[in-house]
Amino acid sequence: MSNVNFDETLVLKNIEGENSSDILNYMAKNLYNKGFVKVSYADAVIAREKKFATGLPTEGYGVAIPHTDIEHVNQSAISVGILKNPVDFGIMGEETEKTPVKLVFMLAMHDSHSQLKMLQSLMGIFQDEEVLRYLANEESEVKIKEEVSKRLNLNHVKGGE
Amino acid sequence: MSEVRKGKKTVLVACGTGIATSTVVSDAIEKMAKENNIQIEIVQCKVTEVPAYESRASLLVTTTIVSKTYPFPIINARAFLTGIGLDKLKERILEELKK
Repeated sequence: MSNVNFDETLVLKNIEGENSSDILNYMAKNLYNKGFVKVSYADAVIAREKKFATGLPTEGYGVAIPHTDIEHVNQSAISVGILKNPVDFGIMGEETEKTPVKLVFMLAMHDSHSQLKMLQSLMGIFQDEEVLRYLANEESEVKIKEEVSKRLNLNHVKGGE
Repeated sequence: MSEVRKGKKTVLVACGTGIATSTVVSDAIEKMAKENNIQIEIVQCKVTEVPAYESRASLLVTTTIVSKTYPFPIINARAFLTGIGLDKLKERILEELKK
């Protein structure tokens, strides 16, 4: 059911930026270079983040889930960005409050309802301090990919249900 | 309210795009309603689409800022995403659903 593209080339480590827009631009360009999103995605995701912030303070590292309208997406994909130093993102649902974000889960969503399980699993990661710490500190992109894939159940066994 | 509402309550679940966080929140509220045997209708939408449902909604649960005022309560649903303050949030929503 869930055809969400994700591999180690979508895991970006040690990203640096002055602000959230720098980070989003960098991650969006990578998704664009791989053909998962349209050229309009980067500006759209930055604009949307300004209007509807997606930063989430957690018990561990702050996270953000930038995303935008489906019209900017070619194929569903998720990209994980681990920031070298936390950058402030607006807090979801708050007027001006910000939170330092270490982990960015950029979502390129092509449709909504079929991804419910993946989104729920993603929120499960946000509520698990240990996993957040692992993702923030692990050096290997491949290992990060494996952990996230496992948590989000993105690796479907052939012939499985 | 001058008119007594009967039947199902309509609960609006809104986020910025109507595709990501509202999907998770809608499912959580649906489960809560089922567990408590409360019949509700959930409408998932973008926050900009809320005015279209103004006349029939009893509650707005949202993950984003709502700049307009509405005749129904507005509840911030961020706790469904982070788990922080989740019990309190569920209590608050249930209280509204039971009204």
